[in-house]
Amino acid sequence: MAKFRVVHYINQFFAQVGGEEKADHRPESREGFVGPGMAFNAAFGDKAEIVGTVVCGDSYFNENLETATKEVLDLISSFKPDLVIAGPAFNAGRYGMACGTVAAAVEKELGIPAITGMYKENPGVDSFKRDIFIIETKNSAAGMRDAVKVMAPFALKLAAGEEIGASVEEGYIPNGIRVNFFEEKRGSERAVDMLLSKLAGKPFTTEFPMPDFDRVEPKPAVADISKATIALVTSGGIVPKGNPDRIESSSASKYGKYDIEGVFDLTESTYETAHGGYDPVYANLDADRVLPVDILREYEKNGKIGKLHRYFYSTTGNGTAVASAKAYAAAIGKELVSDGVDAVILTST
Amino acid sequence: MVKEIERAGLPVVHMCTVVPISLTVGANRIVPTVAIPHPLGNPALPLEDEQEIRRKLLDKALKALTTEVSEQTVFE
Amino acid sequence: MKLELGNIFIHDIQFGDHSRVENGVIYINEEELRAHLLEDENIKSVSFDIAKPGESVRIMPVKDVIEPRVKAEGRGGIFPGVISKVDTVGSGRTNVLKGAAVVTTGTIVGFQEGIIDMSGPGADYTPFSKLYNLVVICEPVEGLKQHAHEKAVRFAGLKAATYLGRLAKDLEADEVESFETLSLIESFRQYPDLPRVAYVQMLQTQGLLHDTYVYGVDMKQSITTMLYPTETMDGAIISGNCVSACDKNTTYHHLNNPVVRDLYARHGKELNFVGMIITNENVYLADKERSSDWSAKLAEFLGVDGVIISQEGFGNPDTDLIMNCKKIEAKGIKTVIITDEYAGRDGASQSLADADISADAVVTGGNANMVVNLPPMEKVIGHVKLADTIAGGFDGSLQPDGSIVVELQAITGATNELGFNRLSAR
Repeated sequence: MAKFRVVHYINQFFAQVGGEEKADHRPESREGFVGPGMAFNAAFGDKAEIVGTVVCGDSYFNENLETATKEVLDLISSFKPDLVIAGPAFNAGRYGMACGTVAAAVEKELGIPAITGMYKENPGVDSFKRDIFIIETKNSAAGMRDAVKVMAPFALKLAAGEEIGASVEEGYIPNGIRVNFFEEKRGSERAVDMLLSKLAGKPFTTEFPMPDFDRVEPKPAVADISKATIALVTSGGIVPKGNPDRIESSSASKYGKYDIEGVFDLTESTYETAHGGYDPVYANLDADRVLPVDILREYEKNGKIGKLHRYFYSTTGNGTAVASAKAYAAAIGKELVSDGVDAVILTST
Repeated sequence: MVKEIERAGLPVVHMCTVVPISLTVGANRIVPTVAIPHPLGNPALPLEDEQEIRRKLLDKALKALTTEVSEQTVFE
Repeated sequence: MKLELGNIFIHDIQFGDHSRVENGVIYINEEELRAHLLEDENIKSVSFDIAKPGESVRIMPVKDVIEPRVKAEGRGGIFPGVISKVDTVGSGRTNVLKGAAVVTTGTIVGFQEGIIDMSGPGADYTPFSKLYNLVVICEPVEGLKQHAHEKAVRFAGLKAATYLGRLAKDLEADEVESFETLSLIESFRQYPDLPRVAYVQMLQTQGLLHDTYVYGVDMKQSITTMLYPTETMDGAIISGNCVSACDKNTTYHHLNNPVVRDLYARHGKELNFVGMIITNENVYLADKERSSDWSAKLAEFLGVDGVIISQEGFGNPDTDLIMNCKKIEAKGIKTVIITDEYAGRDGASQSLADADISADAVVTGGNANMVVNLPPMEKVIGHVKLADTIAGGFDGSLQPDGSIVVELQAITGATNELGFNRLSAR
């Protein structure tokens, strides 16, 4: 089996070109391994070999991002590698940004697997953890041996196209993609361990860090509601009886768009709910309890609102991943805007 | 979903029972509703009374849509 | 309160002329058990099957799983207020047919019953693939309403488990375990220097297929209250719900609550396990506020230093979870919460519907949206066509060759939030 061809990207310091005074070193390439590349090469055994090393000064790279990236990429591709390793950068900020930029560009532009390693507080982590795998390292080059020990086998896995496990299993910095795996101990025991540590003031690591939700600027209020077109959207799964589009009871893979032209009331024989996450009895008997068509038609008639939009949109909120719901809503929002709707009432269960 | 539709350019009012989730997730105009399986109704009451409840809730929703807000606002 | 559990290890179940337990084998007289279950007029027919670990068998749709137990000595009987008369349980001696279970199945009641595979990749995700299961398949009478259907199947399972449990009443146990919780003041005097810990268990209470019963009382109608942990070992809490199969706390889970077991394991050594607070997950916002206010108030009243909070379900109950956590932390009591995640099939979406910075110690049972490919099994007990509509399934889940592509959501007990399993996520 042919060895994987690996290119190693490092900065001026690890290439022994010089320290801070040489941070403006322009990109160059050398045959085989340089500096810490030796340790990687040894760790690869007969599975891979470093065929070339690309070196660039951290200041030069960060001050000339676009051109430097291109130069470095050209140098890398001239070696025709199967795999690229950048750094590790430990806690060095500019080096971390350079390693992250290079690795991400290699994956994106060259379609070649690339990884790097950084200390968790390196600014490169937040910028690039979603684009490439970043192996967690100590905060200085004293951690080189340990970093190579984890980075080398992980890189080989990636190059071989093997399945990548959870962050704690593989050693990469959590990147927001949740991956399942089996622990040694059951959850209740892990909970007791965690509580005892927390009570004793000892450090512990949560298995799930709380998310940060982004915000949207509120849109201006409707000026004259008696002339406005209002559209109804629901996550309560209201659908025509029989669920013709077969919207799932949970984890919906789609949404429905339904014509209520001429419909003044939702009844037990014409509408139902597909949502499996709440007691469906009440919604099945009278879907107006979730999608208030009856009263909005009344308001349309007596002039309280201008018009009830002809279509309503529905999906199931039960266990449906946020990214899916986001995608549906973006599509729905776009349509509603182009259909001339002025405002939306969204009901949830 | 509320945020995405608003992002597309329309004012949205979220009528829901679990207001804390709506607040955490970031909806800007919120109207608290009756209960999870029947947000705009109450099966213990006769239809006329239920429709009164629906009207009151929808009036709040329309009020929310016609009120300028600068931050998340719950219209009780 | 002190309870001894006498475990009788079971390694086979067979049908026979005369119901008994002998040398670790349960023999069941089918006709007798059938007649007993058919006493319920709402059940049209009952059939039984046996599923053993390692067999190429799929059971679906699964309603509940129950462990056969019996009160051998002391007050009350198993499932007080439901099968046994109302009496306080959790003391004396209870015998357990360990390694066996009753699994109820039948025509689907709603969307959320689950799948148990006894072998193959699916078996790794459910603890019930390791048990000898008596499967009870109930068909309701024509036209039976959903609420009544669920109740009939619920009782059928409990009755079957009670019937089997009784076979163990006078048996000698292979192993005896002992659990004791003293009164608050005695427990404090016993271990004054150990951190005081309570367990807050959240119970699913949202209506059809989303209910839980405590001493026969519908928990959605109850205010947050307290239990001696050993009461759960006698079936004080039973499941009337399915929520999603991966999250459902089956009655088996309630009887074998792992948080209770793991806290008792360290009791007197590293912590003082003071007691249990049980609370609900209702559909009204005011109820959520009230119940969580009470959880925090009782935790403070018990004078504990820390609590473990377990959830049941997802979505709007994430709000109850966060409320319980926030309010208890605000009392200066440290919390660890056990939950699971709905992070999308690619694992990239946010896992919980609600969040708070004070929830800084979380144990997860894994991402329930992860998709698994369940190979075809030689035998299916139940109804395989339901794969497409089960929560976690989708249009096209059931493949022509009989395999099922489905989310973990559909596998009974897969991401259990009591921490029953070793599955996790990062």
